[in-house]
Amino acid sequence: MKRALITLCAVAAVASLQSCKMKTADSVVSGDAASRVYVAPGKYDEFYNFVSGGFSGNVTVYGLPSGRLIKTIPVFSVFPENGYGYSEETKAMLNTTNGKVDWDDQHHLELSQTNGKQDGRWLFANANNTPRVARIDLTNFRTQEILQIPNSAGNHSSPFTTENTEYVVAGTRFSVPLGDADVPISSFKKNFKSTASFISVDKNSGHMKIAFQIVLPGMNLDLSHAGKGPSHDWFFFSCYNTEQAYTMLEVNASQKDKDFIVAVNWKKAEEYAKSGKGHIVPASYAHNTFDENTQKASTVMEKDVLTLDPKDCPDMIYMIPCPKSPHGADVDPTGEYIVGSGKLAALIPVFSFDKIQTAIKNKSFEGDFYGIPVIKYEAALHGEVKKPGLGPLHTEFDGKGNAYTSMFLSSEVVKWRLSDLQVLDRAPTYYSVGHIMIPGGDTREPSGKYLVAYDKITKDRYLPTGPELCQSAQLYDITGDKMQLLLDFPTTGEPHYGQGLPASMIKDKQVKYFDINKNHNEFVSMGEKKTKVVRTGNRVDVYMTAIRSHLTPDNIEGVFVGDEVYFHVTNLEQDWDIPHGFAIKNSPSVDLLIMPGETQSIKFSPVKQGIYPFYCTDFCSALHQEMSGYLRVSPKGANVPLKFGSGVIAPETAAK
Amino acid sequence: MKKLTKSGKISIIAVIVLLVSLWLFPMWQIDLRAPQYPGGLSMKIWINDVKGDVDIINGLNHYIGMSTIHKRDFPEFVFLPTTLLIFMMLGMVVLFLNKKVGYYLWAGAFTFIAIFSFYDFYKWEYNYGHNLDPAAPIKVPGMSYQPPLFGYKKLLNFEVLSQPDIAGWCYICAGVILVAATIYEWKKSVTP
Ligand SMILES: [Cu+2]
Repeated sequence: MKRALITLCAVAAVASLQSCKMKTADSVVSGDAASRVYVAPGKYDEFYNFVSGGFSGNVTVYGLPSGRLIKTIPVFSVFPENGYGYSEETKAMLNTTNGKVDWDDQHHLELSQTNGKQDGRWLFANANNTPRVARIDLTNFRTQEILQIPNSAGNHSSPFTTENTEYVVAGTRFSVPLGDADVPISSFKKNFKSTASFISVDKNSGHMKIAFQIVLPGMNLDLSHAGKGPSHDWFFFSCYNTEQAYTMLEVNASQKDKDFIVAVNWKKAEEYAKSGKGHIVPASYAHNTFDENTQKASTVMEKDVLTLDPKDCPDMIYMIPCPKSPHGADVDPTGEYIVGSGKLAALIPVFSFDKIQTAIKNKSFEGDFYGIPVIKYEAALHGEVKKPGLGPLHTEFDGKGNAYTSMFLSSEVVKWRLSDLQVLDRAPTYYSVGHIMIPGGDTREPSGKYLVAYDKITKDRYLPTGPELCQSAQLYDITGDKMQLLLDFPTTGEPHYGQGLPASMIKDKQVKYFDINKNHNEFVSMGEKKTKVVRTGNRVDVYMTAIRSHLTPDNIEGVFVGDEVYFHVTNLEQDWDIPHGFAIKNSPSVDLLIMPGETQSIKFSPVKQGIYPFYCTDFCSALHQEMSGYLRVSPKGANVPLKFGSGVIAPETAAK
Repeated sequence: MKKLTKSGKISIIAVIVLLVSLWLFPMWQIDLRAPQYPGGLSMKIWINDVKGDVDIINGLNHYIGMSTIHKRDFPEFVFLPTTLLIFMMLGMVVLFLNKKVGYYLWAGAFTFIAIFSFYDFYKWEYNYGHNLDPAAPIKVPGMSYQPPLFGYKKLLNFEVLSQPDIAGWCYICAGVILVAATIYEWKKSVTP
């Protein structure tokens, strides 16, 4: 009996120890989460989720709610998988004033809007490192245009759009001197500037152009969002380092209690730009566009940019104090509330657009910052969300009067009400959440169904893979009072920010193949009979076709070491999902992936004699393995005539 | 000679109107479905053309050595419309002459055209499915690829369904009307 009692006590002790153990992430998913994210074979996801690739330089596309990766869109980095940045057609997309830049750091995305709602036409993407803004066409999921931003460094506050995509903005994170001035770093206050570029977007073609650039005092612009409805004419940028530190920013840029939200009346700025208040200053930057007709990217080097100095443009800009090193600047669907998130602050300030307007009218200013009026904090404030969590970063909205803010330090998403600023719910994330996204959550019409958290750290979420782990995104159901974690899925690169839209909006607009009759690539072969090999000096142009399951020509001779051989491969197929690849042995670059009806070219300079097999790299058909050919490379000066063909076997030539 | 009944006359108009549909709609459709073509492929045969996913079908058929389908290879696309136009004009003549004998001859001509065109279609399908390129990459012993004249058939990985399209059904209707009207006219003439 005594023994049994001791055993029982021991069991009880162990049990109580177990219950004392700190909470882990094991048991957070409850109920039928699996069935709510399960998209049965043959069924489609409900949303497209476009996710920033961070340091991968590309954009990835996931289906929601399944979290399945369905596409990688190369934007700012070369992409061996499909030859982006390697093919003669796409190389120019990566041109900059510093030559071809093959990598970047892709942080934010924004879908084009009409009347403050998503219109499913384009996706804009920023590049931080070599400041650029790209436009991706949502009918073919391809990068169509890349515009470099001059007078900028760390293009972080970008690319956010106005309600009718009148403008996409590009704001500087690192202040730099204008132009390429060589100045001491210690002359920061005098020489360093931050700029907010307003890129106009052509309504029909989507073509981008820097309409004007507002030159601001040296500081770090962080994020931005356009106004909506009543605040339509305005753009709000958060900024930090108004201390203007240029070394040890960790400490030196965190001294002030409040930095600012920069409120820009872009309508006024537009008027000033049109009425000649600006200065056209020299600036060189690359503008790359992909021409659908010729199927080729080309670069125009721009020569100047129109700058606006706030001194010359009264009523264009106001500063709103915002505690403390604000990160996000998010505008709610009604356009009335502007949420600033001080990443070092213990509260979330919410500003009222109405109050800002009244404050401007009554000149309720507490001073100025380099001549720009600073509105009194209380005069602009709707209220503060008290004790929301630690490290508020970004806020999105559900369209039902609620806001959701990501908390980087406390790794959670906090739901609160815009009207009375009460915290309603909080849900943990795993771990260190950055941006969050609700499809349409930054527009006038959020879908309010799912929220995705993009996390920086994933230790313990997936099978360990050595020291390098993937990042992750987490999906929450936000239809009820309480947020419910449904799924986490790994992502490529850093999933910095995302955009989501209902699949129905673009799924039926997808291009299935390119009409070969509209192929105006200068090296197209319209049919196998038009294939040829042309030598011009030491340049050899191979006009080749690909169709299931052969390449024409598939035997080429009379090419010499040191020649520059260009393979121009036209995919003759006119059917959905039948790309052909092209690769040649020892090619120092990569392969091509040619869509039906398309022509792509790749350069190959053989450095050694020999026989070089080439082949289709995309498993296209039952006879894919047979889809190959040979290039004979002879020593320089050899007496081998140029010969090519398919199906005609050349008589065997005796070895010399 | 006996004159046509009122119904007989109306039937002539009806037949001609139904045949006009041959110039407005496809006659026949052959649908194909395979796992890698979830949306299916469809070939539409018109009186003077062949449309639909012909290029895609041609591309696929080269694996098994079938010849490719091209509009220019079909003399039928010239003589079938010509024959039917003449037939329709003869209908007007029969209506004008208003003789039962004329009607019987006219209906007979239709039967001949119908049987002949079906035979021609069958013969084309037979050749198409049997005359394979001996150098074709895929050879299945004993396999021919003749599509069904009417109905369903499984050909390797493809399911094939062959059936009349709108104009085809109108054509069949015209035939039914002709046969029915002939019987009616005949009965009227023997039982006064
Ligand atoms: Cu292939």
